[in-house]
Amino acid sequence: MTVDWTLFLDSLWPIVLGGLTGTIPLALISFALGLAIALLMALMRLSANRVLSFVARFYISVIRGTPLLVQLFVIFYGMPSVGITINPWPSAIIALSLNVGGYAAEVIRAAILSVPKGQWEAGYTIGMSRTTALRRLILPQAARVAVPPLSNTFISLVKDTSLTSLVLVTELFRKAQEIAAFSQEFLLLYIEAALVYWVFCLVLSTGQIRLERKLDRYVAH
Amino acid sequence: MSHTNSPHAPVLLRANGLQKSFGTHQVLKSIDVAVRKGEVLALIGPSGSGKTTVLRCLNGLEVPDGGSVSFEGGPAVAFDSATTQKQAQVLRTRSAMVFQNYNLFPHKTVLENIIEGPVQVQKRKKSEAIEEAKELLARVGLAEKHDQYPHQLSGGQQQRVGIVRALALKPSLLLFDEPTSALDPELVGDVLKVIKELADEGWTMVLVTHELAFAREVADEVVFMDQGVVVERGHPEVVLRDPQNERTRQFVHRLLNPF
Repeated sequence: MTVDWTLFLDSLWPIVLGGLTGTIPLALISFALGLAIALLMALMRLSANRVLSFVARFYISVIRGTPLLVQLFVIFYGMPSVGITINPWPSAIIALSLNVGGYAAEVIRAAILSVPKGQWEAGYTIGMSRTTALRRLILPQAARVAVPPLSNTFISLVKDTSLTSLVLVTELFRKAQEIAAFSQEFLLLYIEAALVYWVFCLVLSTGQIRLERKLDRYVAH
Repeated sequence: MSHTNSPHAPVLLRANGLQKSFGTHQVLKSIDVAVRKGEVLALIGPSGSGKTTVLRCLNGLEVPDGGSVSFEGGPAVAFDSATTQKQAQVLRTRSAMVFQNYNLFPHKTVLENIIEGPVQVQKRKKSEAIEEAKELLARVGLAEKHDQYPHQLSGGQQQRVGIVRALALKPSLLLFDEPTSALDPELVGDVLKVIKELADEGWTMVLVTHELAFAREVADEVVFMDQGVVVERGHPEVVLRDPQNERTRQFVHRLLNPF
């Protein structure tokens, strides 16, 4: 079997471009929204209010207990049945954000709980409210704990965006599929797509290491 | 001996009938304490006697189940089983606390630790707060350390930063919760020296401590607690040198003669 290097090189840029204009923005936007949802859910779960805590628990359970692909299909192919039609991109962002929200909520909750109680108390004794202590003291320290697991969540998310090709989002994998269908070189194009995902994730991992190093500056070694 | 001991100074803080239970265990059974302006009150007693809980009730870190706490010129905060942390919060505006384990903010430099309260909570000018913080640091011998992180300091240095962080709030009352108990013995002296200087300057303080010799030196009044009640209180020379109560006598004797 011979490798069609010309096809490989010719299709490389379209696939990378699909990544840069589809995969990466999709992942970044969904991650940002997902973290906001996750923080809210984590705080609701930690709240003394039973209703809030139950709602958060329920949400996390549903998100983690159902496949992302099914969530995507419910939003994109299901909602039109009740008169709600959502375009591919917004559908993808909604599904991915909700998904990240469910997974990251538990990470953030654990990170908040890992900060010693004395830090809250020190904040209270210098006059802080609960909210100020959370924002100024607890979350910055929780961030240090949460970065490694959240980086994993992010890298999973980058790969999970490939599922959105099934709701017609033009991203990295869909580009590869299009070229494969046209050229009939399935193995070559899918391996090429895999390689591009891998390189993306390698680059993102170095970002994680840099971020961890930055947050490490105040930790004793 | 005691410093500006004025029996006629107005009462700054008064706590009456403080009660607190954790589960079925009653830690405080109706405790009364009062501190006059400029006075140093030392709370002593064996572990589990409730002395730290009393201190934490004075600034609402612990919400008592009953009793009341009032500052001079302010309303009395009355507690019952339905009182929330939020209602206890008003007590915190008048006092500042120094913790046994320092509880410095590890993600902030020494300077940032100190100006956090003045700038974020009291909304004072940052430049002013920094200047004051540096003066205070110089006073406790840590002028050079302002841009270090807490983990780069020794325990004794961290606790002095903890004291400066409390002072920077300009509170009317300083609360010390066993400020030297977590320190290596050779570092205790530096911290006690700072506290002694503050007492001499006329700061009003409540001090939970195991350092009886120190309590005798700085305190105007010593309160000995055991099993959630005040067993004996009075002038340090009396309570610590010639205790009237048998339990106090045993406790003092054991601490002064450990072997």
